[in-house]
Amino acid sequence: MAVYKRPDTLKKTPSGFCPGCMHSLATKLIAEVVEEMGQHKNCVHIVPVGCSTLNLVYWNGDVLGAAHGRAPAVATGFKRSNPDRLVFAYQGDGDCAAIGLAEIMNAANRGENFTVIFFNNQTYGMTGGQMAPTTLIGQKTTTTRYGRDPETTGYPLKMCELLATLEAPAFIARYALNTPKGCREAKKAIRKGFDIQMAGKGFSFIELLGNCPTNWGLTPLQTLDYMESNTIPYFVPGVYKDKFKDGVK
Amino acid sequence: MLSINEILCKGCGYCIKYCPKTILEMGSERNKNGHFYPHMTDADKCISCAMCATICPEGAIEITEKEEA
Repeated sequence: MAVYKRPDTLKKTPSGFCPGCMHSLATKLIAEVVEEMGQHKNCVHIVPVGCSTLNLVYWNGDVLGAAHGRAPAVATGFKRSNPDRLVFAYQGDGDCAAIGLAEIMNAANRGENFTVIFFNNQTYGMTGGQMAPTTLIGQKTTTTRYGRDPETTGYPLKMCELLATLEAPAFIARYALNTPKGCREAKKAIRKGFDIQMAGKGFSFIELLGNCPTNWGLTPLQTLDYMESNTIPYFVPGVYKDKFKDGVK
Repeated sequence: MLSINEILCKGCGYCIKYCPKTILEMGSERNKNGHFYPHMTDADKCISCAMCATICPEGAIEITEKEEA
């Protein structure tokens, strides 16, 4: 009997992500949840622009492409016209926290009935490692060559804390993917977000802290320690808003 | 029992770091995409905890229950 099986919601070929990239880990966790819920045929993956676009050819199911940052707007339209489908947008930090900040804030404020999964790796991965709004203070990128300086570029944007100030969202949580424990907590949070959506109870937002070995200039194993000592102390994992603490019914 | 799909593996080494029984190690052969991939040093010690499979980004590791001898 299988204890752990690779989800069939992923294609049987290797992903397009770099070795050690947690984008593929996040995608795998979402695919596991979708299969556990038996929603494989009913699920629609909204794919915006960024490294997350690679899921267009990796996700073995319905995908819908959106313009850069506009995934919540596309998801709003799709979910309103197809209320029975499981709709989720999978956005990176450049896409969600910079270019699409207006869309995510307004979709959350309206309490739209879909889920946004926000992958935060503190850099623009696909375009070559430029500074993102979530880049940590002192972190070197191709546009902050001496480290991010808050005097000129401000402070890292905490999306969960920002969205938790709104009245409408039902569930907001953040977890880090650098340990098996974090992966399991993240999976539980994704499941809860999807359950809330399928019960028609409103907007859910799950932030997954990840890495970018290529643009951080570290080996995959070094990124695990970097996340533990730099990322997690600033972006503290946990549940930021939960209207359904006793379960979704 | 643990089985590693060597074609999917990209050699990140996360499974080796989190194996509680330290029975995974990086091999010296490359797969067809040019990545080194890990192998199990002692199959009898595997407790099927699925730590390696949970953290594997590519889903290259699958776990099945051990067959009773």
